[in-house]
Amino acid sequence: MLEIRTPKTGKAKRVLEKRAPKLVETGKKTLILHGTKTSATVSSVLMELYRLKKGGAIKYSRRNENIRPFESGGETSLEFFSQKTDCSIFVYGSHTKKRPDNLVLGRMYDHQVYDLIEVGIENFKSLLSFSYDKKFAPHEGTKPFICFTGEGFENVPELKHLKEVLTDLFRGEVVDNLNLTGLDRAYVCSAISPTKVFLTHCALKLKRSGTIVPRMELVEVGPSMDLVIRRNRLPNESLMKEAMRTSKDKPKKKEKNVDQDAVRGKIGKIYMPDQKLGEMHLPDKSKGLKRERKESKKLQEETDSKKKKKSSE
Amino acid sequence: METETDQIYHLDVGNLLGFNPNHRFPSAPSSREELVKECLEESRKLVQAIANALFNFTSTETNDGPIVQLPPPTTKLPREKHVPRPKPPTKWEEFALKKGIQKRKKDKVVWDEQTDQFKRRHGYDRVNDDNDVPIIEAKATDEPGEDPFAKRLDEKKKRVGKQQKNRLQNLKAAEKAGALPSHVQLAATSLPISGTKSQPKKIGKDELGDVAGLAATSTASGGKFDKKLPGEKAPKKQGKHHKYLPVVAGRGAVNPEKEQTNNVLSKIFSKHSHEILNVGKAINMYNVKKEKKKSGRSDKSGRSDKSGRSDKLKPKKDITKKPANKAK
Repeated sequence: MLEIRTPKTGKAKRVLEKRAPKLVETGKKTLILHGTKTSATVSSVLMELYRLKKGGAIKYSRRNENIRPFESGGETSLEFFSQKTDCSIFVYGSHTKKRPDNLVLGRMYDHQVYDLIEVGIENFKSLLSFSYDKKFAPHEGTKPFICFTGEGFENVPELKHLKEVLTDLFRGEVVDNLNLTGLDRAYVCSAISPTKVFLTHCALKLKRSGTIVPRMELVEVGPSMDLVIRRNRLPNESLMKEAMRTSKDKPKKKEKNVDQDAVRGKIGKIYMPDQKLGEMHLPDKSKGLKRERKESKKLQEETDSKKKKKSSE
Repeated sequence: METETDQIYHLDVGNLLGFNPNHRFPSAPSSREELVKECLEESRKLVQAIANALFNFTSTETNDGPIVQLPPPTTKLPREKHVPRPKPPTKWEEFALKKGIQKRKKDKVVWDEQTDQFKRRHGYDRVNDDNDVPIIEAKATDEPGEDPFAKRLDEKKKRVGKQQKNRLQNLKAAEKAGALPSHVQLAATSLPISGTKSQPKKIGKDELGDVAGLAATSTASGGKFDKKLPGEKAPKKQGKHHKYLPVVAGRGAVNPEKEQTNNVLSKIFSKHSHEILNVGKAINMYNVKKEKKKSGRSDKSGRSDKSGRSDKLKPKKDITKKPANKAK
């Protein structure tokens, strides 16, 4: 016995429609949570990341004991939360003896884990420890510049993966129109070694220069940390293909049987199947044929009358 | 974009992303501050490059500032959710396609012949309202006792029910294709007991466990050799719960079974045995039993008033069934 359930309020309906899969997607929401044990650095990293992504992030404050992203059974809670909050990127922080100050960045496709990357945090400097002129503090929700430096990002596969995940994390919404006065932050990621990435958040200072383009200057404001690559899990091929598929990717089907000619224009050939005339059934002669005869008679009469008129004129 | 040092940056202006693949950091870092400075300087160059491209776009002036049209991003990132799947056509849509029926736009307001004014098509005070017909003329095919108004109501109910059924079938087909509309959920419900409007009672955890246990042991081997599902608990002790005391006593130990029976007997024969055994009740029970036996014997000849039940309520004995084979 199936029952059709529809939302009873307009608000509920709008929420459901927001969460439905769309052709062109808006920004991904981030879920920030932590495991059984967190150190001071991990908890402050998670807090500051939440502040940086204020509009599009949800932070859970309770500890989650049964989440183990890299184990096969430990992802069910994450998938449930992703479904509940409609988030497709998550940041999971934890601290163990084996993996101190651990951060797992992961992405979801259709609320199933798509890929994971695990980094360790070193040399963390919090937002509050930076002193700068408050005029230049970046506003909330502005679109950031993202800069990657270093050949590691191209040569080392783990760093390549990290680059993709960080782009996804910091990107925010994809917009068509950008207000040039609203450019005030930049994320700086540099591959200082094949396993380490230096990440920091800077405010932008636009200084007057001779041309239309102002001179850009970076002032370090936000948290800065060193990320040490630990483990990663790439998505499997079929899932990756499906997730990377966009609506414009459909291969252009070659129109068969159509020819363009300069003399005749667009021509096509019509292939008629063999009309087995011997086996054809004749149509039902009763009313249709009578009607046809009447109509043809009428036409004849009309043409005759026209001819008469013409001849009379 | 090439700089003087002939470095090519990979720029993705749509994402405000810049990548410099050619910079090599010294493997032995000079000092932390030097390293940070170097990173910031390199990134500054990247940001400048992106800004060069951005500010050179044609901008439209608004109150908030110059607005620029961003190009679409070039880095390919995975989607969040699947591409929306096409909905399979409904039964009506298939039929309309086959017959070549076009959709016609209907007006909200229709001219009503009877009252010579415009009335709305649906809703309060509508055109051709089914409930408003004053007179229904009798046809030759009508039966005398039938109420035509009630008949109309019935037909409407049937039509509505048919429509609901068709809607459900269409949604099921859409769900199968993975294209259920976002605001609709198909939920499995249990049928209510006919005649009652009560909600089916929700089964608790313990009850479910009991039922699961019953189901598990109802196999030919009593559920002994079945694979256990993850999370399934071992069954509670099944069968009769007896504690059999050992008959033969151990060395020096008291015979426990003998002890037990002795205790029971001593309690009955003791001075205060009237407190344990309710003699009055025992006598009453004995008497009632005796009387029933007597009345049972006299009942074979005629009906007795002492038995309160009438023959109609007693389960009738099936004479076709043969009596069970008694032990020979």
